[in-house]
Amino acid sequence: MEKSASSDSLGSKPSSSRQPSVDSLSSSSTSRSDRSNHTKPDPSSDSVSTSTNFSPELRVLRDANKLAQLEEPRLLPKESIQDMAKDVTYVCPFIGDIRGTLTVTNYRLFFKCMDKDPAFVLDIPLGVISRIEKIGGASSRGEVSYGLVCKDIRNLRFAHKQEGDARRSIFENLMKFAFPVSNNLGLLNESWRVTKINDHYELCDTYPAVLVVPVNIPDEELKKVAAFRAKGRIPVLSWIHPESQATVTRCSQPMVGVNGKRCKEDEKYLQAVMDANAQSHKLFIFDARPSVNAVANKTKGGGFESEDAYQNAELVFLDIHNIHVMRESLRKLKEVVYPNIEESRWLSNLESTHWLEHIKLILAGALRIADKVESGKTSVVVHCSDGWDRTAQLTSLAMLMLDSYYRTIQGFQVLIEKEWLSFGHRFQLRIGHGDKNHTDADRSPVFLQFIDCVWQMTRQFPAAFEFNEYFLITILDHLYSCLFGTFLCNSEQQRVKEELPKKTVSLWSYINSQLQEFTNPLYVNYSNHVLFPVVSMRHLELWVGYYIRWNPRMRPQEPVHQRYKELLAKRAELQKKVEELQREVTSRSASSSSERAGSPARSITPIQTFV
Amino acid sequence: MLSLGSGGGRSTKPSFVSYVTPEDMKIKEKEEGLKRSKHPDLLPGEVVFCSANHVLKYTLEDASQRGVYGTLLCTNFKIAFISDETSSQETAPPFKNKLLRQNDIPLTCVDHIYGVNDEKKKLIIGCQVKSKYPSKLIIQCKDLRVFHFSLIYAKEEEAKKIFQGIVHHSLEPKSLKCVFAFSYCETASPSKASRKRSRTLMFETKEDWSVELDRTKGKCKVSSANEDYVISETLPQFFVVPFAVSDDDILRFHGKGIPFWCWSHHSGCALFKMACLPAIQEDGISQKYMHRMLDAVTQDQLYPVKVEDLSSCLPALQDLQLSYNKFKQLFLIDSTTEFWVSDMKWFSSLENSGWLEIIRQCLMKAVEIVDCLESAHTSVLIVEESCSDLCCVLSSLVQIMLDPYYRTRSGFQSLVQKEWVAGGHSFLDRCNHLYQKEKEVPAPVFLLFLECVWQLFQQHAPAFQFSETYLTVLSDSIHIPLFSTFLFNSQHHRDTAMKPGHPEAQRSPLNFPSVWDWSLQFDSKAQSLFTNPLYVEKPIQDKTLRKTAHQKHQRQLSLPNTLSKPSPRKGFFKEETDNLKKIFLGKRVGKWLNPTDSSKELYESWQRKPLDYQGLLLPYLDGPAIRVWIQRYLRWVPEAQIFGGGSIATVNRVLELAGEIQNLQKEVERRSCRMDSSIAWTPVYSGPPLCSRLSSFPFTAMHASSFRPAIPSSIRQSLGSVSSLADKEDDDSQVSGVL
Repeated sequence: MEKSASSDSLGSKPSSSRQPSVDSLSSSSTSRSDRSNHTKPDPSSDSVSTSTNFSPELRVLRDANKLAQLEEPRLLPKESIQDMAKDVTYVCPFIGDIRGTLTVTNYRLFFKCMDKDPAFVLDIPLGVISRIEKIGGASSRGEVSYGLVCKDIRNLRFAHKQEGDARRSIFENLMKFAFPVSNNLGLLNESWRVTKINDHYELCDTYPAVLVVPVNIPDEELKKVAAFRAKGRIPVLSWIHPESQATVTRCSQPMVGVNGKRCKEDEKYLQAVMDANAQSHKLFIFDARPSVNAVANKTKGGGFESEDAYQNAELVFLDIHNIHVMRESLRKLKEVVYPNIEESRWLSNLESTHWLEHIKLILAGALRIADKVESGKTSVVVHCSDGWDRTAQLTSLAMLMLDSYYRTIQGFQVLIEKEWLSFGHRFQLRIGHGDKNHTDADRSPVFLQFIDCVWQMTRQFPAAFEFNEYFLITILDHLYSCLFGTFLCNSEQQRVKEELPKKTVSLWSYINSQLQEFTNPLYVNYSNHVLFPVVSMRHLELWVGYYIRWNPRMRPQEPVHQRYKELLAKRAELQKKVEELQREVTSRSASSSSERAGSPARSITPIQTFV
Repeated sequence: MLSLGSGGGRSTKPSFVSYVTPEDMKIKEKEEGLKRSKHPDLLPGEVVFCSANHVLKYTLEDASQRGVYGTLLCTNFKIAFISDETSSQETAPPFKNKLLRQNDIPLTCVDHIYGVNDEKKKLIIGCQVKSKYPSKLIIQCKDLRVFHFSLIYAKEEEAKKIFQGIVHHSLEPKSLKCVFAFSYCETASPSKASRKRSRTLMFETKEDWSVELDRTKGKCKVSSANEDYVISETLPQFFVVPFAVSDDDILRFHGKGIPFWCWSHHSGCALFKMACLPAIQEDGISQKYMHRMLDAVTQDQLYPVKVEDLSSCLPALQDLQLSYNKFKQLFLIDSTTEFWVSDMKWFSSLENSGWLEIIRQCLMKAVEIVDCLESAHTSVLIVEESCSDLCCVLSSLVQIMLDPYYRTRSGFQSLVQKEWVAGGHSFLDRCNHLYQKEKEVPAPVFLLFLECVWQLFQQHAPAFQFSETYLTVLSDSIHIPLFSTFLFNSQHHRDTAMKPGHPEAQRSPLNFPSVWDWSLQFDSKAQSLFTNPLYVEKPIQDKTLRKTAHQKHQRQLSLPNTLSKPSPRKGFFKEETDNLKKIFLGKRVGKWLNPTDSSKELYESWQRKPLDYQGLLLPYLDGPAIRVWIQRYLRWVPEAQIFGGGSIATVNRVLELAGEIQNLQKEVERRSCRMDSSIAWTPVYSGPPLCSRLSSFPFTAMHASSFRPAIPSSIRQSLGSVSSLADKEDDDSQVSGVL
């Protein structure tokens, strides 16, 4: 079964309407690649059966009013309604605007207008859809418009009222179910392909089994590229911009050496990465290291891309220090905050640890990457030495800035699964699980730094993340606890070999079983909202709730959410009232309309659903 | 780029210059003839002194030489820049001040002016004959704005005049009558009737004091001994003293050495403040006198008393000023490069300024006093030379921590009136409004108080009815020379200034507006930003009760003394009191207790309970808990703006939700009265998308399209000492092993 271990490890809760297969790129599953980009999801496949999770509102609607049922398609076995929107306008090129109800299931798009006689129906399997675009901004009527480009030579255009932000747009859902493969890659386009070359971890034992590479690089050439990249960590796709097609690609350093060795397959590869993005004729290579260290690596066979060999590529060093510097910095930080804080010299002591300076550099690097991708529409390649420490920090943070999906609880789990676990951040080595050798030079707080950076972002954007501080602390606590299998071992290969998914419970199942605890009540999902944090010391602060939580005097501040939660409760109560009233109205109008024989069926006032 | 505000620019002509570089100037000069002088919206009584056209105002956002041309004016109220560009409403900040537009600087708000010639920046000092004028003018404001004007394109005599005018009117000493409020009030004569003082007690009458005494159940008396200022010109006409203090006592040292009542704790003990006795007094006399006064405070030994001499434990005014000057400098940033360079040593620079440490000390002292009142039920007598500087800071802070009434807007305003305005804080001298260096001792004492309140606010936001924006705006209002609140050194000072003794003033006494007349500055929509949406109100049932009846509820969370400390034995405390008296009379009281030790128990018992925002509020004092007031200090720094984020994002979110609830409520009402199924319902929050606001909202506005993230310009950092580690390879396994 495709879902197998990995989606268990993401703890796909039936209550969650998110696609359980989102994690499958990071999973050990090998059957992943047999699904092509736009194949219509097999309704019988486990990966799309997000159970029959009608929202209670929908169920109420169905029970309360038989008329409503007619607006839905007849469902196939295991097909389920994912989203429904009333008052959607289909802009028909032939007969003009038609208002009706749009339903999205895990299989099809269904549009029905009952004002017409006979009722106007559109019934399109999602697999037919080739592209979904938002057309223009909100119109004067407050409507947003979407265009669907279909493979069967049709273009469909819909417009619907921009609803309260508490609700995801129906088109976001459509996007999700139409392109299951692309979900955590944005939209895969024709320039990229999924390769099975690393099926048995032969190309690279620290990479996942499934990789996405440029379409015009055959597997044979991948092997040559692998030979040129440290540890065989070839450039692979991490994220693709849904509009501009600009990509984030990650890899390890090229094995240039002192003699400036070149590899034409590698050069071709990066050219292909650049060409995959028609918007820009440039490629930015971000080397996370300070340039001195990158140069020093040449003596050990490593190095960096020369701009001579890589045409149109620009190399930028991000000056982030290595794991040893970070370890030392954390050690100093501990001295400063534990057990007691020297009040009068607190700020200069904090500065002397350089901890926040490192955080700043990492965030600054990610910001530059995000800026190039978003504002410059340019594809970027990110690497450090091996591409599993600083690179993971940078790509995952840049993706958090660029893509609001990763700011959800589930999305963040996917991000860690993908950028950290599947791409081989060496958790075992960096944390030293169960190892008494505490002076091991391989230990380093790389992942902690990443979570710290995320926390800094949540501080700057208090409403942009679905998760709260407790979620981040819980992840860090279980990074060390070994209670869950999630952070054990160094690579996907090892985890598969140890059969961890079978033998251990995933941290995510624990978290997903009590989502309420980890949810930020202020969260608003502003789609397509890119976050550019301010990476100045003026806005960075020490994460007191984590580093100084043991100090009894630093009692965590009462969350300011108390009033907010009161308001939420009040809103829910009012919504219930409105719905009750609505139900009365609909039942009354249903009975009255049947009394008035011959009168056309009236359109049903929609029930607004929130949250 | 600039907004002229409503009706600000008479010009309906399209602008012919926008964003021109200096090179484009030649073309512009040909069109000289088309130019005509512009005038800002002048307030009543406002007069333009001088003006210059073709002044280039640099737009700092890109630190380049780009800018906007316009007219620079100097009036008896402000320095104003009016852009040649037609006004565009879109760029106007959402938070419009009715008195001042975006590029207006009140004369009293000017902090420093620098002249730049050949890249050399020189501080301009008033009172020096200036025949030359610099090519560029940098004006740093007390509200932390920085303006850069170029004068090289203006006509020579105009440039010279405006330069001299600005320097003369903003940097040189002047008399009080020259302050704009006087000409404003002579012309404007605001109608008294329209001024509803809401519920702010002004403490100008006996009644206000009585109300306050009743509210806190204070066992003291209102004294009218100083009616018509017969005893002292620094004291208010009415004040509250212990019953045992007679009018003769007050008369004796002109009000010095008298314990003035501030506030009463529900246990009966109270907070008092006192000015030091003149040093020349004979020991015996003053000692006896002080004895009597302390006895008066103890209410016949009913409550022990502790004396806090602030001069021994808190910094002097000069230190305050020095420290703030250093601190402020960190936010007056000229360029992006400077921003990122100063970012590297940010924390140590903050520490070196010492400002945050002063804030911490004040809060800590206030906690000690709270501890006395709350746990030991001991009255506290704060003593300071004049009892009108740090005394005001401490007494107000203590009251805010102990009494939730002062965390409401009207309560807070009443508190400022009681402790600061009636308390005789020398606003005029401390704010340096008149630039009379020899007379005034400038020190940001009131700002220090606001800073401390902000610290409490950021730690316990739901406890405050007013918002951060309110505090920031209040701190700005200090420098608008219009409000009686901040213009005088005492009530007597104000009353004499308002008298029609002025030769030209024929009519009734002038009627200066108070800063609490917020409608003078902001319309009601802008004023709605003064309310903190996170405020956790008192339980509703209390609303029906009268104010005095609130006491029980307000204090229910006070710590019962049995929990924290055993009931004080009177004898013991009497002894201590005597001891205190001795030391006090022997001049200065040293540090009594180790501050951290003394309030430790208070903190512990306070922390054991769930936090009640209507109860006792204590600040966290550890280093990481004291922060920089980001909104006030960073709002004008473009590099520091978080697009779609910042603490304002939380506030916005709450407001949004409140709006939704309002809509729902209306919907419920509507549906329940008209059961009509055809009603289409759109519960959509209207307004700009909240995610496209800057963190400096409501102070600056910027378009989503023009926003670019600030990338640190100097990535290279100062990691000096880690070189050996930095050179190491990440992993022991060698890279070459792969080959």
